[in-house]
Amino acid sequence: MENLMADLKKQIIAQLNLKDLQPEDIGDDQPLFVEGLGLDSIDALELIVLLQQEYQIKLASAEEGQSVFRSVRTMAQYITERRAKTA
Amino acid sequence: MFKPVFIAGSGIVSAIGSNVAQHIASFETESAGIGQHRYLQTRHALPVAEVMHSNSGLAALAGMADDLPRTALLSAVAAQEALRDAGLEDISRWRTGFVSANTVGGMDKTEDFYADFMQDAAKGRLRNLVHHECGAASELVADRLGIRNYVTTISTACSSSANAVFFAARLIRQNFLDIVVAGGVDALTRFTLNGFNTLMILDKQHCQPFDEHRRGLNLGEGAGYLVLVSDAVAESLARVPFCTLSGYSNANDAYHQTASSPDGTGSYLAMSGALNKAGLLPGDIDYINLHGTGTQNNDIAEGTAIAKLFEGRYPPMSSTKSFTGHTLGASGALEAVFSVLSIQHGMIYPNLRLATPMKELPFTPVTRFQKGCAVRHVLSNSFGFGGNCSSLVFSKV
Amino acid sequence: MYIRAASAISPQSGFEQLMTAPAVYTGSKLTCVEPDYTATIDPKMLRRMSRIIRMGVTAAKHCLQEADIQQPDAIIMGTAYGCLADTESFLRRMVEFKEELLNPTAFIQSTHNTVGAQIALMLKCHSYNNTYVHRGFSFESALLDAMSLLLESEAQHVLVGGVDEITDTSHALLSRFGLYRADGSTETLYEPSGKGTMNGEGASFLLLSNQASGQDCARLVGMHTFYKPAAMREVEEQVVLFLKNHHIAPANIDLMVCGDNGDTANDSIYQQVRAAINAEIPFLRFKRYCGEYPTAGAFALWLSAHILKTGSCIADYGSLHQPPRTILVHHHSNNTHHSLFLLSVC
Repeated sequence: MENLMADLKKQIIAQLNLKDLQPEDIGDDQPLFVEGLGLDSIDALELIVLLQQEYQIKLASAEEGQSVFRSVRTMAQYITERRAKTA
Repeated sequence: MFKPVFIAGSGIVSAIGSNVAQHIASFETESAGIGQHRYLQTRHALPVAEVMHSNSGLAALAGMADDLPRTALLSAVAAQEALRDAGLEDISRWRTGFVSANTVGGMDKTEDFYADFMQDAAKGRLRNLVHHECGAASELVADRLGIRNYVTTISTACSSSANAVFFAARLIRQNFLDIVVAGGVDALTRFTLNGFNTLMILDKQHCQPFDEHRRGLNLGEGAGYLVLVSDAVAESLARVPFCTLSGYSNANDAYHQTASSPDGTGSYLAMSGALNKAGLLPGDIDYINLHGTGTQNNDIAEGTAIAKLFEGRYPPMSSTKSFTGHTLGASGALEAVFSVLSIQHGMIYPNLRLATPMKELPFTPVTRFQKGCAVRHVLSNSFGFGGNCSSLVFSKV
Repeated sequence: MYIRAASAISPQSGFEQLMTAPAVYTGSKLTCVEPDYTATIDPKMLRRMSRIIRMGVTAAKHCLQEADIQQPDAIIMGTAYGCLADTESFLRRMVEFKEELLNPTAFIQSTHNTVGAQIALMLKCHSYNNTYVHRGFSFESALLDAMSLLLESEAQHVLVGGVDEITDTSHALLSRFGLYRADGSTETLYEPSGKGTMNGEGASFLLLSNQASGQDCARLVGMHTFYKPAAMREVEEQVVLFLKNHHIAPANIDLMVCGDNGDTANDSIYQQVRAAINAEIPFLRFKRYCGEYPTAGAFALWLSAHILKTGSCIADYGSLHQPPRTILVHHHSNNTHHSLFLLSVC
C-alpha cells in the first residue's frame, strides 16, 4: 500500500504536470480536489487516463472518479480492491 | 446610420436530410438521424449523427472533387442551396462575402496523413495536408461560389457559427457588403470523436437533452447557411424576405475552460444581450432553440439561465440536437436555419426522447412536433468550450 | 481609432533592441524570445498551457497593462494554425495508441479559441469574445471585427491579437513544401533574394480605443484586405484605391512597412507595389525581424505603432529626415491574402 501510494504520487505529478510539487508534498489523505491540491474536472479525467494506462483499470464514468480520487489513499485502496477482484 | 439586414434564403445538410425540404419532413415524422457510423473510420462504436452520403456522394452534390476535406464538401452543398433558395444564383452585381465557421477544418485528411507521417517523416501525401487549416474549407467553397469580396472563418468551439451569422449581419449593417452567405460546418472526424470521448461526455445511447437522466451528447456533422442581404438586395428579389436577424449577443462565461458556470452566467448574458439588442422582452419570444447538448453540465447551466431570464413565462423550447446530434462548429448555423424555418412555416420542433423532465427546472421542453403556430420571434442558443456563449434572435418582418 | 498600446512576444526581445541591435537568426526559422511566464501566469493555469497559449496570454496581459485597461470590452483573436502543439500531441497519440488512452487536456487546449478563452478566464472578463481562423486574414478579420465594434459604439476598448506558433512538426511539414531556405540568415535575407524564406512566429496584441487617451502609440486610420487578386494590375489598383479612399497622397506617406521575405517571386509583388505608388518612399522590410507566418500582419502593426510612438526608425531604403508621421503597411501571404494598414502619428 505504501509503495503503491508513493508510485501514485509520482504518477500524479507527471500526468498533471505539477512541476512545483515533490511526491512528499502530497499527503496520503490530503484531498486532491478544490481545497486540497486544487485539482479540477479536467484533472479528474486525466487521472482516469492514468488509472487505465498504469493499472489497466477503466472507470465507467467521470462521476465514479469523485469517490475514487478523494485522496492518494482512496486511489490506492480502489486499485488494490480492483486487483483483488480480478485476481 | 446602420442598414437593415434580411434573411433571404437558407441551405442545410445534416444527418436528417440533404436539403431544407428533407429536414422539414424529418421533423414532421420525428425521425432522428442518430445511429452507427458508416463513413467515419473509427474503432469506437459510439452512436453518431452522420450525413447519409459518402464523400463521393457529397462531391457530386457539391460539384467538387471527392478528395477534398468532408468539411468543404458539406459546406458547399448547404451554401449552394442557400443561394438558390434566395434566388441569388447571380451575385456578380453585389458586394458579396462568405463568413463560415468550423472547428476541424481538414482534420479528416490530416488524420490519414499522420498515420503515414508517423512511420516516416518524409512520408504522407502532402495533398492531404494542404487543406488542413480551418480557413481552407471556407476558401474552397467561396471559390466554388465565386465569392471574392470578403471571406473569413470563425472558430469558437460550439458557438462558432452563431458568431458567423451575426458578424455577417454587422458587415451588411455597416454597408461593407450587400450579401453574405453565413453559417458553419463540421464533419465528423476521429479527432473530435476521440476528443469528446476523453471528456467522458459522449452518450453511448441516443442522447436525451434536458432529461433528468441525460447521459451526454452524440456528435453529429453537417452544414447550415443563411443568405443575409441588405435592403437594396432584398428589394431586387422575386421573393420578399420574411425574416430578419433582430438581435444577437456574444458573451464569455469566464468560469472554466470546459465547464459552464453552475448559474449559466455566460448563457444568461448572451440571451439577455440578444433580447436587448432586438428590443424585445422575454415574453415576446415564441420559441427557443436550445443549445441543449444533453450533457449534465450544459443543460443545467442553460436551464438555470433560462429559468432566471424567463421567470414564470416559458415559451415552447427544444433541443434539435436530439435529431442532428451536436454538430459543433455547424450547430449554431443549423439551429439558425431551424429558427428561420420555424418562423417561415410556423413550426415548433420536438425535443425527442424526453422521458423525465429535469427536477431542478420549472419548465419542460416541447416533446411533439407542432405546425401552424404563430411564431414571430425565435431565440437560438449556442454555447461552447472556452466559455464562448452566443445567442441570436430571428424575427418575422 | 487609436492604438493605445501594442505588445508582442516575437523573435525580438523588444522594440528598442530591434531598433538598435536586431536579433540575428540563421537556418530556416526565427523563434520567439520568451519571458519568464511564472511572473504573469498563475502556476495552476500555467501547467496546462502550451507555448502558444503562454505567449498569447502574456502578451495580452502586457498590452492591457501598457494601456492601463483592466477589462476590455472585447477580446478578439486571429490565429491561422491554432494551438498546434496540443493538436499534434493529441493526433500523434490517437494514431499511436489506436484511439485509446488519450489525454483530455491536449484535446481541450487544441481548440482554436483557447488563447482568447484563457485571456477571458484570466481577467474574469464576460465581454465579447471571438476568434478568427482564416489563414493570412486571421488577424485582419479580428481587426475588422474590433474596428466595427468601435464604429458601432458597442465597445470603447478592444483587445485584438494575432498568434501563431512554430512546432518541430509544423516546421518539418511546411519545409516539405519547399517554403524555407536551408541555410538562411536574417542578415542576408534580401541580399540577394532567392528561393524560399524563413519561418516565423509570434503573439502580437493591440489595445484599440475609439477615443484618444493622450498617450496613444498611433492612430489606426484604415485597413483593407483583398483576396486572390487576378493579376498584378489588380494589386496596384487596390493599393491606390485604398489610399484614395483615405485621402492620402503617396507623397504624404513617410514610410512603408512591407512584408518582403527574401523569396524572389514573393518580393517582386512588393517591389511592383512600391514602384506603382511612389518609388521614392522609404521602406522597412519587417519579416527579417519576425519571419514569415500568416498572422505576421499583427507584428507589422506592433512595429509600426512603436515607430510612430517613439519616432525612432530604421529604413532599408531611403533616409528619414524626420520621425515618420504616416505609415503604410503592406503584407501578403502567397499573393492570395493581401492586407493594407494605414497609421498616423497621434
